[in-house]
Amino acid sequence: MATLIPRAAKRLKMSHVATSAGGLVASRPFSAGWHHQQQQQKQASPPSGDEGAKTTHFGFETVPESMKEGRVAGVFSSVASSYDTMNDLMSLGIHRLWKDHFVRSLNPGSPRIPSSSSSSSTTPEPEPWHILDIAGGTGDIALRLLDHATLINHDTRARVTVADINPAMLSAGRARFATSPYTSSSHPRLTFVEANAEKLHSIPDASVDLYTVAFGIRNFTDKARALREAHRVLKPGGVFACLEFSKVNNPLLDAAYKRWSFAAIPLIGQLVAGDRDSYQYLVESIERFPSQVEFRDMIAEAGFLIPGHGWEDLTGGIAAIHKGVKPV
Amino acid sequence: MNANMAFRRLLALPAPLRARSYSILNRPAPNYPGHVPLTYLERGALAIGSAFGSLRNPHRHDLIASLGETTSSPYFISRLRKAMLANDTGRRILKDRPRITSKSMSLEKLRQLPQNTVGYAYAAWLDREGVTPDTRDNVRYIDDPEEAYVMQRYRETHDFTHAITGLPVIIEGELAIKAFEFANTLLPMTALSMAAVVRLKKVERQRFFQTYLPWAVSNGLKSEEVINVYWEEELETDVEVLRTRLGIEVPPDLRDARKALRDQKKAEKAAREARERLGAATDEKKR
Repeated sequence: MATLIPRAAKRLKMSHVATSAGGLVASRPFSAGWHHQQQQQKQASPPSGDEGAKTTHFGFETVPESMKEGRVAGVFSSVASSYDTMNDLMSLGIHRLWKDHFVRSLNPGSPRIPSSSSSSSTTPEPEPWHILDIAGGTGDIALRLLDHATLINHDTRARVTVADINPAMLSAGRARFATSPYTSSSHPRLTFVEANAEKLHSIPDASVDLYTVAFGIRNFTDKARALREAHRVLKPGGVFACLEFSKVNNPLLDAAYKRWSFAAIPLIGQLVAGDRDSYQYLVESIERFPSQVEFRDMIAEAGFLIPGHGWEDLTGGIAAIHKGVKPV
Repeated sequence: MNANMAFRRLLALPAPLRARSYSILNRPAPNYPGHVPLTYLERGALAIGSAFGSLRNPHRHDLIASLGETTSSPYFISRLRKAMLANDTGRRILKDRPRITSKSMSLEKLRQLPQNTVGYAYAAWLDREGVTPDTRDNVRYIDDPEEAYVMQRYRETHDFTHAITGLPVIIEGELAIKAFEFANTLLPMTALSMAAVVRLKKVERQRFFQTYLPWAVSNGLKSEEVINVYWEEELETDVEVLRTRLGIEVPPDLRDARKALRDQKKAEKAAREARERLGAATDEKKR
């Protein structure tokens, strides 16, 4: 864990050599080292006079709160380029089913109601959907939302803002956007903005119809604050939806799942992405995330109304969809 | 009594086996910073994955490193460590645990040394190949800290072996060095790297099997253990003296051989083109 930031920084410097391993190459074949002069950055030591500083968890490590953001940044800068391949390998492709179900159950987009001639002057056109996708860097959810709105609900005006704190993930998303059918529409359907979910300064109050966060919230330093920000930016009646890893209900499945998580995932991370530590962090952060009941209570505390049960388990609880509605 | 007997038998197992009674969810504490204790299944999977991964992409230095580490236990790295313990200088290296990083080797100072020294040869080789002293990956998958250091030392002194034999960094040169290292250190990863022979062109393969492989095997076997050389102290030794002491002959210069072949091919091509042009000109005249 202690080598995460230096490793990520080194890897970013090697971006001139293109590989499948996210830039992890040597210019010499068969050598167990690499070409550049390494600047051995010391891991940033916490500021002195930090005696009563609050700590949080970074996987199974305990770190001062001020450090967590930087450490998570290191992880995601490192995994950005191989993110999609690794997701497929780690979940055996099931993450696609989860994301599809998540978007379908939200049913974004409203078909335009054909107005009769008598009422056309009096009823104003409803404002198009504004969807905010948090920690959505590579655009997985955003593109699915747009596809659903456009193709299924015939809503060509719904727009999505993707906010992510990590520039590397955002560029992966922008690259995806460039090859999608939404680049050439008359009004911008998809915008990318670099923002911290805990401080969404650039998003005005009550401006968002749907707030989604998929597999991002477990990395936030202060989840409660992010939930309060979500409450602030949503319009009254707006929906908060979160897709995240959760606790498995069946003990047998749990035993197999834990062994897969802690053995196979870091191993695949090492072989495919060249980074065992980032994937070790990912599985530890999944382990540390609150259970379905605890997270539902956190959402309720932020001021949301909880519909029905509060969550929906996917694949036996490996993932769960939590929803909340901002009271009108 | 039965539990007692079982416990005694467990304690009587040799240390490496005893220590292995853990699972994925119950890993023991790391023995050194960066250490990841792996179960047998994980080690096997990492070894196989690294082998195929590094064959597909020989620039994945981290996979070569993990291949070396996962295949060297239980026997080979212990044998190498015992070889170091059996030698005076080896014992001193294990006591001092010197590390070679891009910072600890100052190229400026090495270039100032007299031309016949090991240090100068090292700096000159780095300049010729256009590489800098790499900082090597840290060992993570070897459980015993001293054996982990032995592997780390092997990795870090690899460039010195290049320097005193003069072999270049291209695949051909690296394969020759790996063959030499296998004969010298017996680490399985060096032998497994021979699989990369499939990546050589026909001419290169011929050259490898004819000249460099026999050189590597005979020299690796008859020379002293290169792992026992305290390179930091030998920087000012005369290269020839060191080579004689170790029992290493210099192989034919690979870059020169390749250049000679390239020049020859270029000359042949030029001659052929000249003949064609002349032939075309005389044909024109006849007509």
